[in-house]
Amino acid sequence: MSKSNIVSHLKQKKISEVLSTGKRMDGRGFGDFRELTIKRNVLFKSEGSAEVWLGKTHVMVGVKVGTGTPFEDTPNEGVLMTNAEFTPIANAAWEPGPPNEASIELARVVDRGLRSAEVLDTAELNIISGKLVHIVFVDLYILNYDGNLIDACSAGAIAALMGAKKPVYNVVDKEAKLTGEKVPLTVRKKPVAISVIKIGDKFILDPTADEEDVMDTRLTVTFDEAGNICTMQKSGSEGLTLDEIKKCINMAQEKAPEIRAKAIGD
Amino acid sequence: MSKKPTTKKTAARKPAKSKKADKAASWKRADGRAFDELRTLKIESGVLPNADGSAYIEMGRNKILCGVFGPREMHPKHNAKPNEAVLRCRYHMAPFSVDPRRSPAPSRRDQEISMVIRSALEPAVFLERYPRASIDVYLEVLEADGGTRCACINAAAVALVDAGIPMRDLVAACAVGKIEDKLIVDLGDYEDKKGQSDMPVAYMPKLGKVTLLQMDGNMSAEEAEKALNLAIEGCKKVYEVQREALKKKYGIDQPQDKPPKEFQPEESEEEPQKEEGQQ
Repeated sequence: MSKSNIVSHLKQKKISEVLSTGKRMDGRGFGDFRELTIKRNVLFKSEGSAEVWLGKTHVMVGVKVGTGTPFEDTPNEGVLMTNAEFTPIANAAWEPGPPNEASIELARVVDRGLRSAEVLDTAELNIISGKLVHIVFVDLYILNYDGNLIDACSAGAIAALMGAKKPVYNVVDKEAKLTGEKVPLTVRKKPVAISVIKIGDKFILDPTADEEDVMDTRLTVTFDEAGNICTMQKSGSEGLTLDEIKKCINMAQEKAPEIRAKAIGD
Repeated sequence: MSKKPTTKKTAARKPAKSKKADKAASWKRADGRAFDELRTLKIESGVLPNADGSAYIEMGRNKILCGVFGPREMHPKHNAKPNEAVLRCRYHMAPFSVDPRRSPAPSRRDQEISMVIRSALEPAVFLERYPRASIDVYLEVLEADGGTRCACINAAAVALVDAGIPMRDLVAACAVGKIEDKLIVDLGDYEDKKGQSDMPVAYMPKLGKVTLLQMDGNMSAEEAEKALNLAIEGCKKVYEVQREALKKKYGIDQPQDKPPKEFQPEESEEEPQKEEGQQ
């Protein structure tokens, strides 16, 4: 993200001052999320979709189910692909062009969460072994940026997949033909990512863009519904001690069920 | 891929006391290592004549070269920071480093790894000493055998020191994983692919800070904590090898953790000195 050091220093000072009083710039407590709203199946042409608002962060997640050849080492398994797009309308500092580090990290962390939890049954996505499989594309489209994209996108990805359908193929004489029918994708687990960021000696959840600008470091932890960790990702240029890591994991673990409930619409 | 990389058992195991312990002790990894045994680890520093600092690492069958250039003028200039140096890392795999051949163009995975390597090293480097400069760390993976990002960090830390860049500590990295519900240290390629989870960790032993933490797979929070502790133990072993590599190049043979006499603080100065160290 755009980082002007002079502004950051002033911001950092102000944000730290407010944090030291036990509050945040927008009045939230350290463990509070902004309002999270997820609408499922908002798009017509995609097989599944979810629109996510997390405060002013706005993300559209689209699921498209296509076909293609399987990877050589997994000839009987379908493929799940996650991609993130930072659109230039989402932030003044974002320009069109090839994906940058932040968007690659976002896509990879969400992708690894879905993969590690084995959300989709890849065997179920097989059509003709070694030749044709379903490929499920999850596209994370950022429409407005105000921090905490990983959490917003991971919740949105699960919401979108849960509402997604795949076309049914009939295989006759090694030829696959569309039947015109569509069946829901089986979503076996519902992992959600929770990011904890550290500013000075304070740990907070759901950072805004300003808070992300001045953060020291971030630890994202993805939990499945059994409370097991599927993914961890530390980013930012500061180290964490063991106790700090434990604290982050605990904070994330406490919050995960609440965010999951919103994502799956309970 | 052969499942038997060349590793030697370093220590004889103690005789088992009970049947249960016997079973646990007799459980061996695919390559015959004990659960907390590292692969053979070789680090050599100062191997590239044209680089300001360099290192070569063999971690199991990983073979990685690291070259450090800088601090030098930033190109392009608009990427420079007015208050500190910018550390740039490039992780790159040779087309012949894996099976099948991979394209030399950087993949998404390469870019993410470059990023996490950078953030693993940044906390150790006194970047504020070199405003407007760049420090470039180039990593070329010649052969990959699981755990390349950790091996890269280990080599890069040594190469940065070799380049004479002031650092707060070395950064040592090591992965922990889970296979057959057991935690294991320093995953080989086979364990990386067949295992249930993989957690690469980088650690600054003197400062007690974790600078890289990733995890994929499935672990409970308790397992994650155990794994983290195991990884840190592994990092400490790597740290010793890194120190040896540097000592060897510079011909220093000091007893560990004891600075030469002229650098030891006087009695009266000891207290303020300690406080500084804790910052």
